[in-house]
Amino acid sequence: MSEIAEKVKKIVVEHLGVEESKVTPEASFIDDLGADSLDTVELVMAFEEAFNVEIPEDAAEKISTVKDAIEYIERQKAA
Amino acid sequence: MFRLDGKRALITGASGGIGAAIARALHAQGAEVILSGTRRPALEALAAELGGRARVIPADLSEAAASDALIAAATEGGAALDILVNNAGLTRDALALRLKDEDWEKVLAVDLTAPFRLSRAALKTMIRRRWGRIINIASIVGVTGNPGQANYAAAKAGLIGMTKSLAQEVAARGVTVNAIAPGFIETPMTEALSEAQRAALAERIPIGRLGRPEDVAAACVYLASEEAGWVTGTTLHVNGGMAMP
Repeated sequence: MSEIAEKVKKIVVEHLGVEESKVTPEASFIDDLGADSLDTVELVMAFEEAFNVEIPEDAAEKISTVKDAIEYIERQKAA
Repeated sequence: MFRLDGKRALITGASGGIGAAIARALHAQGAEVILSGTRRPALEALAAELGGRARVIPADLSEAAASDALIAAATEGGAALDILVNNAGLTRDALALRLKDEDWEKVLAVDLTAPFRLSRAALKTMIRRRWGRIINIASIVGVTGNPGQANYAAAKAGLIGMTKSLAQEVAARGVTVNAIAPGFIETPMTEALSEAQRAALAERIPIGRLGRPEDVAAACVYLASEEAGWVTGTTLHVNGGMAMP
């Protein structure tokens, strides 16, 4: 697992208070990890801060799973 | 009760009658106050009067970028912002038939759009810290309407609706959002009314006098306090009994 993936996972575990084993790449923040809409906004803000990237609203809307987040951040970091 | 020691509060329109009273009251309860407004000398004078725990950050909220810049300045270096009092407001009165687009837009921009932008920016830090208080200074005319104030009444009614929506969005994060709807308060803004208008107003107020800025400030202290943590989305009417919506 990449460094970014590890860090994303850690943030999700901390923010949502879920078990690490549940934070699989396919896990949906809302459907599988019990996040509400404000949690997802907070997660996006946490990612922005942790990775020093900007995630615009239209991109944030498309981030619904752990994998979506990892891939988006990896793309931003590669660019 | 109602102590605010260790809390940081930003008050917009702090050079005005109600804003200055709110700043004094929050400061007296122990809060650090950030005074914002357009009139720097008046803000500096108030800060000097308060002594410690007071800073001035001037801002002209009719400018689109000013709201975000103000919150950024207030939270520079990761400083917390615990209490936001959206008090700044202006009037451009005219009967609707004579009300110019620019006067409609100016009032909506300062009295409604700026409070939204300030709240949006402040909420980011508040929800992260799981504590916050946003207090929007609305007006009784936002509920009752008032001839000659279609713009102001619309903005203040909008502020009350916005308060309820924001309150629901952030309630689970320890942040409350409330409004205060003052009635007619003795300030430079109400001094613009004619003597006859003022006398007619006092007659309509069961308590028999116009309000004082301190009457509004006391309500603000309450809503800012830890003790008011279970009160959100409400509009507290401070109007001498003139209207009981």
